Amino acid sequence: MYSTVAPVMRIIEIPFAFVQSRLGIQRLAWLFLAPNLILFGVFAFLPIILNFLYALTGGDQVLLNDRPFVGGANFQSLANCENVFDPNSCERDLFWRAIWNSVWFVVLQVGLMVGFSLLTALVLNRDIRARGFFRGVFFFPVLLSPVVVALIWKWILQRNGLLNAGLEVMGYERVLWLLDRHWAFAWSVFLSVWAHMGFYTLILLAGLQAIPRDVYEAALMDRASPWRTFRKITLPLLAPTMLVVLVLALIKGVQTFDEIYAFTGGGPGSATTFIIQYIYQTGFAGAPRLFGLAAAASILLALVLALLTAVQLWANRRNVDG
Amino acid sequence: MGKIVSFMTRTRAGKGQMDWTDWLTYGYLCMGILLMFGPVVWLVLSSFKTEADLQRFPPRLLPYAQETVEVEGYDEPLALFDIVGGDHEGRKLALIRRVGLVAQMIDPAAPDERLRVNVADWQPIERVSLAVENYTLLFERFNFLRFLWNSTFITVMATAIMLLVNSMAAFALSKYKFRGRTTVLILVIGTLMIPQTVVLVPLFLITRELGMLNSLWGVIIPGAATPTGVFLLRQYMITIPDEILDAARMDKASEWKIFWRIILPLSAPAIAVLAILAIMWRWNDFLWPLIVLSETENFTLQLALNSFQGEMSTQWSNLLAMTVLTLLPIALVFMFLQKYIATGIASTGGK
Repeated sequence: MYSTVAPVMRIIEIPFAFVQSRLGIQRLAWLFLAPNLILFGVFAFLPIILNFLYALTGGDQVLLNDRPFVGGANFQSLANCENVFDPNSCERDLFWRAIWNSVWFVVLQVGLMVGFSLLTALVLNRDIRARGFFRGVFFFPVLLSPVVVALIWKWILQRNGLLNAGLEVMGYERVLWLLDRHWAFAWSVFLSVWAHMGFYTLILLAGLQAIPRDVYEAALMDRASPWRTFRKITLPLLAPTMLVVLVLALIKGVQTFDEIYAFTGGGPGSATTFIIQYIYQTGFAGAPRLFGLAAAASILLALVLALLTAVQLWANRRNVDG
Repeated sequence: MGKIVSFMTRTRAGKGQMDWTDWLTYGYLCMGILLMFGPVVWLVLSSFKTEADLQRFPPRLLPYAQETVEVEGYDEPLALFDIVGGDHEGRKLALIRRVGLVAQMIDPAAPDERLRVNVADWQPIERVSLAVENYTLLFERFNFLRFLWNSTFITVMATAIMLLVNSMAAFALSKYKFRGRTTVLILVIGTLMIPQTVVLVPLFLITRELGMLNSLWGVIIPGAATPTGVFLLRQYMITIPDEILDAARMDKASEWKIFWRIILPLSAPAIAVLAILAIMWRWNDFLWPLIVLSETENFTLQLALNSFQGEMSTQWSNLLAMTVLTLLPIALVFMFLQKYIATGIASTGGK
């Protein structure tokens, strides 16, 4: 390892030594920062500006020079609705379907996720044997790739799958789970909770373990009931961590794409098409490629995410200070 | 066994008495094992079944294969059956040919005489056996090695570049005092607010203009600088005392040497955590490769897996085997590095 890296490092040293001899030590910092800043600039800041340019132009050409300026037409097209609660009345019905799907998905998924993560963290925080093992049990799906997660569950839910076998043993009819709108949606929520729960459990467990023991001992002395202890001590002291978990789950929930796309492909129909998939389909998968519309949708998404991220940073800071 | 029981029944009170809350706790944990591990175990078991066995409903737990026998005069091994009814009841016969409901069979011991058997009277002789051909076929018929190579190349290169670039930036932000440092820090925080998902369209244009579309580099480079990585490393490097740097400068070490001979080795724990995270992110990455890579020969394992499942010609047997091979590296990493992964993910907030 060292012998392969060393020559590379010696080559990089040449420009650094040169700049150091010319500009001095403190200004050398910029050379250390340069690669990172260039990458940030080209692949993070430049795209933000270009995103607006795309959103304000139309057509299906990639190059900005070939794209006619259309002003706010893309945004207007997205917002052109008689009634936003009824996607059928909208010019871009799929966009609004994706939005409402996402809203429902996020509400259900985040609710279940936080609930089960908290329950699991509380269980793991008890005086149990082999805690490391059990923590691993709940955590490992976080590491699985989205496609693998999707295929694991598709295999169980398929027509001749394990679940249908179980149903038949109990005397019920087989169900084609992923061909039914409601079931496909419900299983998408389940799959997502299954795959990501361990991550939030881990954070909540760390939060629980940070609560000082003597507070509980004091409660025990006062003969407080377990329920009262939980409500009056655990919950308030865990609240900052809960806030972080909630906001993180929201940020990730809104951006759900990979596992559901591999799981249902957004279907049946558009029952599990979420906002990122709408952007992907509009800009990349379909013909014509409506880059302007996709960019406009992603700017709206960015606003929501920026708001949530601001809350996250604020919550984190409060956590660190407290 | 007794040890296990006493181990499992040890309680908080330590008197071998299970409180009802203990029962609930362990009940919940056992459900957890079943629900979290069960599906993966089922996947692995299923991946060793033959295609015929996979079609079977209701499915069986273990993979079975039909017993076969070599008979002189026949090129292929013949399938063996127990005959449970009719004229030949009680014999073990091998199948030559089946026509509708009637089968032509022979006794392996006396292969000259052909017997006619009603298929309602037979029962296949099966034994537990792993259909390893599901896996070997991946290498022979599907371009599995190619996808494996693409995924590995992207993961290794992206992780290496990310570690180098991010640690350089973290070094500058933690060990130098220069005008504009706060501005840079704020810019780095700013990029946290811009997930890749909201700049897909312009990112696609830039990657295209740089000629990296449909190339592995187009997947590697755009994500190489991560705010998370810079932060994680900076927070760690701040704790390294400045006196070490001053001493090295006294000895006329160049700044670059200080960086890679002193700071990098001292930051090894943080770099290790970041490396594990980066490997996982890259190995599991899906959306960006999906946009950048459009030719099958450039597909990563994840893309290949996803596109195979959409094809009618793909059989579950190969798909399941491929799924198992795709999750294998991550499973191994997890088993050996669980502690680091847990702390790493908890401290960075995922990504």
